[in-house]
Amino acid sequence: MNFPSATLLAQSVLAGLFTGALYGLLGLGLSLSWGMLRQINLAHFALAFLGAYLTYELSSHRGIDPLLTLAVIVPLFFVLGVALHWVLTRFRVSPFNSLLVTFGITVIIEALLQWTWTADYRKLESSYAEHKLQIGPLFLPVPELITLVLGVGISLAVWFALRSTDLGKAMRAAAEDAPIAAAFGVNQNALALMLSGLNAALAGVAGVCIALAYTLSPSQIYAWIGVVFAAVMLGGLGRPLGPLIAGCVIGVTEAVTMTVTAPSWAPLVSFSLLMFVLLVRPGRVA
Amino acid sequence: MKRAFLIVLAAGAGLAVVPWLGLPAFYESILYLVLHWIALATSWNLLSGYSGYFSFGHGAFFGIGMYTTATLATRFDIPFLWTLPAAAVVAALVGALLGAVAFRVQAVRAELFSLLTLAATFVVATIILNTPIDGGPGVYMSAVAVPQIGPTAAGTFYLLALCAAVLTVLAALAVYHSRFGTGLFAIHDDEDVAEVMGVPTYRYKLGAFALSSGLAGVVGGVHALFISYVTTGDTFTIAMPLTVVLMAVLGGTRHWAGPIVGATAITLLLYAFTGGDSAIIGKGLTGLVLIAVILFMPQGLLGQALKWWSARRDAPAAPAASAAPAHAEAPAASAHAAAPVAAASARPAANAGEVLLRAEGVRKSFKGVHALRGVSLEVRRGEILGLLGPNGSGKSTFINVASGHYAVTAGLIEFEGRRISGVPAHRIAQGGIARTYQIPRPFAHLTVLENVALPAMFGAAALDRQTAEAEAWQWLAFTGLTERAHALPADLNLHQRKFLEFARALASRPQVLMLDEVLSGLTPSEIDEAVALIRRIRDQGATIVFVEHVMRAVMALCDRIVVFNRGEVLAEGVPHDVMQRPEVVSAYLGQAMEERAPVAPASAHAVVPNAGKELAHA
Repeated sequence: MNFPSATLLAQSVLAGLFTGALYGLLGLGLSLSWGMLRQINLAHFALAFLGAYLTYELSSHRGIDPLLTLAVIVPLFFVLGVALHWVLTRFRVSPFNSLLVTFGITVIIEALLQWTWTADYRKLESSYAEHKLQIGPLFLPVPELITLVLGVGISLAVWFALRSTDLGKAMRAAAEDAPIAAAFGVNQNALALMLSGLNAALAGVAGVCIALAYTLSPSQIYAWIGVVFAAVMLGGLGRPLGPLIAGCVIGVTEAVTMTVTAPSWAPLVSFSLLMFVLLVRPGRVA
Repeated sequence: MKRAFLIVLAAGAGLAVVPWLGLPAFYESILYLVLHWIALATSWNLLSGYSGYFSFGHGAFFGIGMYTTATLATRFDIPFLWTLPAAAVVAALVGALLGAVAFRVQAVRAELFSLLTLAATFVVATIILNTPIDGGPGVYMSAVAVPQIGPTAAGTFYLLALCAAVLTVLAALAVYHSRFGTGLFAIHDDEDVAEVMGVPTYRYKLGAFALSSGLAGVVGGVHALFISYVTTGDTFTIAMPLTVVLMAVLGGTRHWAGPIVGATAITLLLYAFTGGDSAIIGKGLTGLVLIAVILFMPQGLLGQALKWWSARRDAPAAPAASAAPAHAEAPAASAHAAAPVAAASARPAANAGEVLLRAEGVRKSFKGVHALRGVSLEVRRGEILGLLGPNGSGKSTFINVASGHYAVTAGLIEFEGRRISGVPAHRIAQGGIARTYQIPRPFAHLTVLENVALPAMFGAAALDRQTAEAEAWQWLAFTGLTERAHALPADLNLHQRKFLEFARALASRPQVLMLDEVLSGLTPSEIDEAVALIRRIRDQGATIVFVEHVMRAVMALCDRIVVFNRGEVLAEGVPHDVMQRPEVVSAYLGQAMEERAPVAPASAHAVVPNAGKELAHA
């Protein structure tokens, strides 16, 4: 074990915050669909990578600015999310079976990605990646900065919308007790479809961020599942700010662990944390 | 069961000649993979399919088996075959350790257990990767000698996988037909009720987890040498446990042979699409199959086939349907004469009236809500004790506490002079306390007969399966459910489900029977039937604690009553007297009753004090 310099440590904290923001962005949709729709949506990760590959395609081969692809991806994914929810409710899929069905969807999307873009690694070469801001001795890569801004901005917006708008209150009421909410005039089916659409759109946004900062390959879908679930559960289900905060905590701990020990130890942090939360505070997630 | 054992053994023996048939080696490889997945899916099903605890950590135990074998064979030069038992033991120990922690936390069920086991996979992987067990580059096993069992190396691996598969299937089959398996299926449907009926749920889950992990460890050990190069990246994936889940769900998780069907189908499907682009199509197809099965065939291929088969078999048998009840008639005829409880009633009347169950200063709080605030009461042998009180006064909580469903916050409960507060619910049940639930909680996937046989196996009677079934027939006759013996609880009406609760509680041959609002929701004529039934039970010598709002029944049945109010005992004594006491009356109505006119005697559900008065005046 070697003790790194203050600069190195600060840089790794920063890197942790950047990854944490992406964990939070990915976890947000997952947390909302689990906490409010009672669906454990494994396909969220596959959708994110579908979004990432679409961004890659539109940007590398059609020359569209990566951030502008959001204009296509967000509405498209909203529709996908609505469709997914329609199927799951149409067949009255239990929360546990929703996990299995969405795993099936994940496998299909993975096959689709592999079919279209092959299993080779792909990297989006965008103008954003070339820029790096510098503050004192610290470097801030622009793609990660965009992720951080989007992650914090969207999480705050969702938090505010659920807390203070009528629509958000109706959604929370429907999540708490659907029949009672319906008795008070809340059209909970429409709200649930909308929320599912929103969650999928959030996966799309996370996908754009992944495309900006990471190398893509279809099997990478599975690399994120464990750590993002850890962030979701630590943050508390259905709480919009939870995944972001928990994600940053995990991201920073991982990054510091990597700097202080070896990078290969990093998974131990998040997964031990997840096990700890499950065993010590299961009430928080159930 | 014996026949199934023989079929599995015969199939194993028949398949064992394959290596000597001189087939091209690639047949042995594909068959190896089929058997490999059969063993993995079946071992997973042993815990997850039977008990409903879906583990996503099967890869961890498989991987622990791989690394145990790899380490022992390469570092310590232990002959390969000797490493396999070690692989099983190490995997089983880690499984038991994880289970010992996880199963202590009540809330870690369903998807939380899945995530916990998934997380455990990556913790194990990281530890192995970063310690000398692997250290990073992976473990090469090319120098390890392949034992010469078959004519070729491929034949040897095939035979090893065959042994692992047969072993696993036999284990799954044995558990399926044992008490252990019955208990696991009860845990699957309703763990709390299973525990209250005498199933040692913690021990059973732990046992199933260890067995399932150990078998996965053996398969891992064989596979380590088969691939001969072990890395953490390829071993501890999320795809492996999910594939196993897919196979078991596809075949059907509620039958020992389900995973065999699923594993064979998926492996052959993937094999049909090997190589390049078609492998991708194969992958996509497995995804589609999984979705289709869950949406359209939630019981799996085998489950669906068995259902179809039994429907077909029953259809022509319909005219002869009396065959089943006829079988029931024999024990049923004797039910009234020599019902099992009669044995209990043989206890001399001399000790009737002795204190059987005693509660002293029992408190129960739920996060600041005090449901019981120091309840002391006694239940005497042979009596019917009524527990009364307004809604929320603590009657049901008392039953929940006395049956071990909830732990007491403070205080002492003794049964036959022995402390039972703080004792696990299944031990209380085995000691001779049975209860019913206010809202019936039958095991949804077990037939009415199996529902009643279960407490006979696990409760105070502790019968073996066959005797328990005979016993169950008697109690079905006693409660008038004989004709519905093979129905599922969902097909019963409320009245029948309430009587099923009775039959289940009685089948354990309890000394104390606690009835939690068994009459609520029944029609007046059904209530009459139930009252007659309770009389019959008491006449056979059981002691009954009876929570009820239907005053007509309380007055007709109870020897003594205890009135609860706000978690405390308000009054206690002979029904007649107690119901006249002003404090009891005001607890119900909040005012004195003197000026009130008696209510029309017709109402069966009359408010308590009125009914008391009415009876008193009668």
